[in-house]
Order: sequence, then C-alpha cells, then structure tokens
Amino acid sequence: MIYPDDSVGLVKPQLHQFNDDLVLSSGQILSEWHLAYETYGVLNKSRSNAVLICHALSGHHHAAGYHTETDAKPGWWDTAIGPGKPIDTNHFFVISVNNLGGCHGSTGPTSINPETKEIYGPNFPAVTVKDWVRSQALLADHLGIDKFSAIIGGSLGGMQALQWTIDYPIRVEHAVLIACTPKLSAQNIAFNEIARLAISSDPNFRAGNYHKYGVNPDQGLGIARMLGHVTYLSDDAMRDKFGRELKSGDLNQARDVEFQVESYLHYQAESFSKRFDANSYILITKVLDYFDPAREFNDELISCLKTARSKFLVVSFTTDWRFSPKRSKEIVDALIAANKQVVSTTIESPHGHDSFLLPIDRYFQVLQTYMSQIYRDLIK
Amino acid sequence: MRRDLEIAANFINPDARVLDLGCGSGELLQYLGHSKNVTGYGIEKDHEEITACISKGVNVIEHDLDEGLDRFPKDSFDMVLLTETLQAIQAPHKLLHQMLDIGIECIVTFPNFGHWACRLQLVSQGKMPIAKHLPHNWFDTPNIHLCTFLDFEELCSNDGIRIIERFVADRDYNDGPLIKRWPNLFGKTAFYRLGRAL
Repeated sequence: MIYPDDSVGLVKPQLHQFNDDLVLSSGQILSEWHLAYETYGVLNKSRSNAVLICHALSGHHHAAGYHTETDAKPGWWDTAIGPGKPIDTNHFFVISVNNLGGCHGSTGPTSINPETKEIYGPNFPAVTVKDWVRSQALLADHLGIDKFSAIIGGSLGGMQALQWTIDYPIRVEHAVLIACTPKLSAQNIAFNEIARLAISSDPNFRAGNYHKYGVNPDQGLGIARMLGHVTYLSDDAMRDKFGRELKSGDLNQARDVEFQVESYLHYQAESFSKRFDANSYILITKVLDYFDPAREFNDELISCLKTARSKFLVVSFTTDWRFSPKRSKEIVDALIAANKQVVSTTIESPHGHDSFLLPIDRYFQVLQTYMSQIYRDLIK
Repeated sequence: MRRDLEIAANFINPDARVLDLGCGSGELLQYLGHSKNVTGYGIEKDHEEITACISKGVNVIEHDLDEGLDRFPKDSFDMVLLTETLQAIQAPHKLLHQMLDIGIECIVTFPNFGHWACRLQLVSQGKMPIAKHLPHNWFDTPNIHLCTFLDFEELCSNDGIRIIERFVADRDYNDGPLIKRWPNLFGKTAFYRLGRAL
C-alpha cells in the first residue's frame, strides 16, 4: 500500500517492561509493569528533538500512521503528526505513550496481577496524572531523553503536559496545553459520575469482575460513551450534523431509534464498548476528577506554577463547554502572574471539546507556527 | 530601525517587564527584547497578528481590550504600552486607569485630531476629516474616540494621571520647530509617558 507523502506510514507499537517498583500516589505499588508506546521520526544526535504526545480519556499510543496495510484508519492524531504536518516528524522525534491503567497495551485493569496471577479487573490500583507523568519520565530515561523539546496534549493530555512542567521543570522546554483545565468543575465531575454509574449499574458489570463471567457491560459502557460524546460536541455542531433528520424520513414508520442523532449515538456506544475496557473507563474518569495540581499549594495555581521553567502554548475553542476557554484563561492568567512565558489563543470552532482532535485551519496554523519556532530555536 | 519603536524604547528601562496592549505583529516587543532585555506579553485580538507574534517567538495573549484588564494583577508590570489604539477603545478613560493599576507607568500614543489638516477639513468642507494618519470614513472607522492632545491632557489632569514625559512628532516620528512651538496644531502623534498621581 502507498501511504500519502505526509504520513508516517507503517508503525510498530513497542513495549517496555519496567522491573523496578512504581510507587503510586495512592501508596500502592506496581512491581512489574509495562508501557506501550510508538515513535515517529528520528532522535537527533544531541537527543534534543523529542516531543511527547499525551493522550486524552479514550486515546492511546497509536497517534499516527498505520499498524497494518489493511487498517481503515490511521492513528488518532494522524492529521497533526507526520512529515510536513504541524508536529513535523522531519524535525521532531515524536513519542506517544499509552497511559497506565489504559486498555491498549500498557499495564491496566485487563493485565494480569503478578501477585494473584489473575486479571486485575476492578482491583487495579488508582492512578493519577502525577503517576502517569512519572511513568512517562521513566520511559524517557530508558530512551535516553533528558529533556523534551515539547510535551503536547489535548484535554486530559493537556493536564499531563501541565503536570510535567510542575514535576519535571527542567525536562520540558515547551508545554502545549490544548482544550485543557487546571481542574475539573463540579459539572465535569457530575458527568463523569453519571458515566460511572451507568457502567456499574449494568447487570453484566458484576462489580467489575465481568471478565470472570465471560460477559461485558456493553450497555453501561455504551451509555457512558453516549453521555461523554454529547458533552464533547456543541449544540450547534449537533444541529448542523444531525438536525432533526429522521432515519426513515417518515414519522409514521417510527421505530425505537428514529432520529439520526440517536442512531449516531447508538453506533458510538456500540463501537466504544467493543474497544474500551469498563474498569479502565472508570479508573481514567477518576484520574480526571482528582486532577488538581494546585491542591498541594494551598489551592493557589500561581504558586503551583512558580517552579515551572517551560514556555507554554495554551489553546482553547470557542464552543468547548466541557473545558471552556474560561478554564484555559485560568491557566494563562496564573502563568502570567507567575511570570512564565506563554502564548494563548482561542480558536473559532463549532465543534465543541472535540475540536482539539480536528484539523481546523487556524488551530493547525497556530500549532505549526509554534512548532516551527521551537524547531528554529533547536537548530540555532 | 523603525523610528516609532526607537522612541517608545527610549521611554523604557532595560530589563523592564512590559505589557503591550494591541501589540500587532509583536515588532515592538521583539525589538525591546533584543535591545533592552525587556520581557513581557503582547495583547492582541487579531488572529493574523497573533500568528505573526508566534512566528517571532513573542509571548502573545489573545484578549479583547474592551473586556478591561481585570485579569492582570495590580502592579504586575513596570510599563504598560498602548500605541495607536486608545482611540479605538470603548472606554479609554477606564482603560487608562486600569493600565496604571497593573503597571507602574504607561506609554500611550494616539493620532492627534487637533492637527491643522483635520481642523481645516472640518472648517472648509464641513466634513469629518480624512488624513494620512486618520484614513477612515466616519461610518467605517475603528477610531471611535478621537481626541486632540489638549483633550487628552485635560483628561489626565482631571483624572490625576501624571504626564511624566511627552514627545510630539510628525507622521515620520520626527519633531521640528513648528511642532515644538505649536504641538497641538502640527503634531500628528504623541508619545506620552504616564504615571500615577504623586
């Protein structure tokens, strides 16, 4: 198969096994653990051109390119990563990691607990953004990367990039925070709790031990995804995409699923419950809820960012009501008050929170310009 | 080197922390960074200008000045700049006070509506002046609060804003004997360095 010139082409996921204990924020210990990751581009001689991509709630390490020649779709951020793309693999060595607790290759609820020799399931220890960042830093050590040229993430990915600048100030030259927030609002947490309840009240959930019974809480996980999905879109985006279109075009023939939007959500629910683990979903929504780096600093975001040494790009989207521009502004204002270097802009987009995954012209122009500037400084 | 940047730079101390309101493509901040080790941020709402700032490595924050400056803490800058933008602001007097809240000093420049060419057009034609430094039609102008140097200085005096320094110039940012003698008649623009009341 011939891939487009601006594609990274065929990529092979890699696995790194860590044999040292990882002490999690909760105090619990992972003794044997591994991370799945992918890399694109080439690490330069001075090992200074590495870029880390942090993924959001339902993402994973497969950010760009194709795993097999028959893949229908490339990685989740293929529009942004590749030769000549905003995150240019001719310039940067890009690393994308599946987070601990995920279900796409890194150690998580579907892995075997080495102590019990059984699947962790609901007993997988709680993890935090801080834990993720530590595990990513250990992977960077293994790859011989002392400092990232940039750490980039949207949504929950942005929170990881932000945490990096706090926990490892000298290891991050630039942090790109897209559609991000310094902490979840009560409304955000409320949506997550409804999602978790939808899953746990599915009779197939069996307190998280569904795998033992050979079943899966498809229904609950599907509802959680539907709910999440609605919060990722905007009212306008949904109106434009679906309106009140009927599937049959005739109300007299009405069936259970009649509106296009219903059918779309059902499809989303079904495909998601096939590719995502319910325990992982519960675990990761908890990671979101508990993210609040300012908490250790008397709830003062400014003090929390004082030690950061990165330069920041903060991007938000006009119709994002999950992590609205106002939330990004909180980060920007704190960065300014803490005297940090920061660029911030809000992108006009009708697509709500989902915008961060879409190749919106101005968004990509900003990202490309910023990354080019990083590269210019790098080769100086 | 652009003369207007040079004049503004002369008003600014080395290593100062500045906020440039309506920073455009970031030229001034870039210049101040290189020439005087000045740090700080540009504020801009125009998207193309924002991209231009990013390509220069200038810290630019997207923000509409008509929303005020509440988001910046008091005393957080040595100098707040507002070049050729005052006349396009919804509430210029309020903005000036906010500027002097968050900055120790300010630099303000604006086009002079009291220039003789403007006065002449109004008197001879009875029409709103269009000049090289004020090129817009009345119905299609961003300049909603034009004033003369006298007007501005009266506002400063009434509102307790201290004028520390003033440089009045022609369109090429030079002064001359006529401008020195009759600034409000021959000056096209002026650089004001402002401070809080003593």
